[in-house]
Amino acid sequence: MGRMLVCINIMNTDFIFLILTGALAGAASGYLGSYMVLKRMSLVGDALSHVALPGMAIALTFSVNPILGALVALFIAILGIWYLEEKSEIYPEALVGIFFTASLAIGILITPEPELLEALFGEIEKVTRTDGILIIAASALIFFVTRAISQKLTVGIISEDLAKSGGINVSKINLTYLLLVGLVIALGVKFLGTLLMGALVIVPAAAAKNISRSIGGFQRLAALAGFASTGLGIILAKMLGFPSGPTVVLVAVLLFIVSYLFKERAY
Amino acid sequence: MKNNNLLSVQGLNVNFNSHKIVDNVSFDVIRDSTLAIIGPNGAGKTVLFRAILGLIPYKGKVTWAPDAKIGYVPQKLFVAKDFPLTVSEFLHFKEKDHKIIHEILNSVGFKDVAASHIHNDVRVLKTKLGALSGGELQRVLIAYALLGKPNVLLFDEPTSGVDVSAEETIYSLIDKLKAEKDLTIIFISHELQVVYKYADSVLCLNKEKICFGPPREVVDKESLTKLYGEDVSLYQHHEH
Repeated sequence: MGRMLVCINIMNTDFIFLILTGALAGAASGYLGSYMVLKRMSLVGDALSHVALPGMAIALTFSVNPILGALVALFIAILGIWYLEEKSEIYPEALVGIFFTASLAIGILITPEPELLEALFGEIEKVTRTDGILIIAASALIFFVTRAISQKLTVGIISEDLAKSGGINVSKINLTYLLLVGLVIALGVKFLGTLLMGALVIVPAAAAKNISRSIGGFQRLAALAGFASTGLGIILAKMLGFPSGPTVVLVAVLLFIVSYLFKERAY
Repeated sequence: MKNNNLLSVQGLNVNFNSHKIVDNVSFDVIRDSTLAIIGPNGAGKTVLFRAILGLIPYKGKVTWAPDAKIGYVPQKLFVAKDFPLTVSEFLHFKEKDHKIIHEILNSVGFKDVAASHIHNDVRVLKTKLGALSGGELQRVLIAYALLGKPNVLLFDEPTSGVDVSAEETIYSLIDKLKAEKDLTIIFISHELQVVYKYADSVLCLNKEKICFGPPREVVDKESLTKLYGEDVSLYQHHEH
């Protein structure tokens, strides 16, 4: 009964707006993440969000919106990853790992103390109306562009030669895609923090892949799983007094475990 | 380039890290003919294909006829078993019209399920790409290439990963398609028998051009020895 009261209590319009924008960002990351999983770049996607921290720190120092700082840092990292993907035969994963960890370490040192916890783990109370509108606009852009490049991206993943011989500019498509991933991570860092946001790109998509036969179904399920884990996670976090980031990620992981149990039936 | 040539290759050189993979190779492909490229493993056959497709950097001149529309069937696709993509979705990337897809699948040898079936559809459409057998995947890739309405088809070693009986049908299929659709075909093979049976001309490749011309005229003991070394008996042609 007491819990019901809390539940009703927290459901004011501001909070519902927060849940919806968060869930929308979650849906966008699930949708984008579906390709990250197919490209076998899960670990890269997972750790990519660490790069956002130094960008946020610099933005905070100059009193700029930290989402902007995160975006700039992520875009620089994305250009690096794209370059490595294009130019090297073997993906230098150790190098990428070291680079991500270094960004995190530098970020922790230069982030102003009061904001550090928030930047690492997310704090949804700090998500403003402006952030919310930014998230809605950017999510719409992400869905629109990803849908437009989706077929070319898929053929490129199956076989680069097949894609190129069909006149697809694989390198341009990959860059566009990776920049969108950077954008979605920048949107989500306020909710989930730089430590965990990458998980929202990977975990819902990995969960969806367990039970998908078709690419269309896979993408829809991944978006739905992202939407559900973020929405449910934010509500649960509020009810239980937990930080939102870890709660959202754990809900997504729970979805993954459930989908894994159903995996065999999809074959 | 001569009028009836679909492709002209002159002085083609491909290097990987200062290793010469293809050395000064020249040949022409006449419109509506079938050219076989043969050679031992590592002879640069696939590299030559990738160069004339413009997928890798090369030196020399590769000239396609202005109206050439290329369909490419790659050697192998490593599609994971759990890659969520059905044959139907894959083919729809190239063609939205279900009827055309249906026809192409029929022409590459997929039979309709029983006519009593409500949708009268081909079963393979609902199968995941990664769950197909080697021969089935090869046919789907041919279908994918054909959906672009090409007038030249490049097959890279259509036999790899395919059992012997399926292999025979893939080649007779290629031959049938050619008769139906006015196609120029360039295929890579290491089976001399297939070359005699289906190709108008042959390019023997072992880094450099060893021979080029009609198979019965240019493939002899000398060129085979140059191609495969002394132990050529394995590759000798047996008349049926």
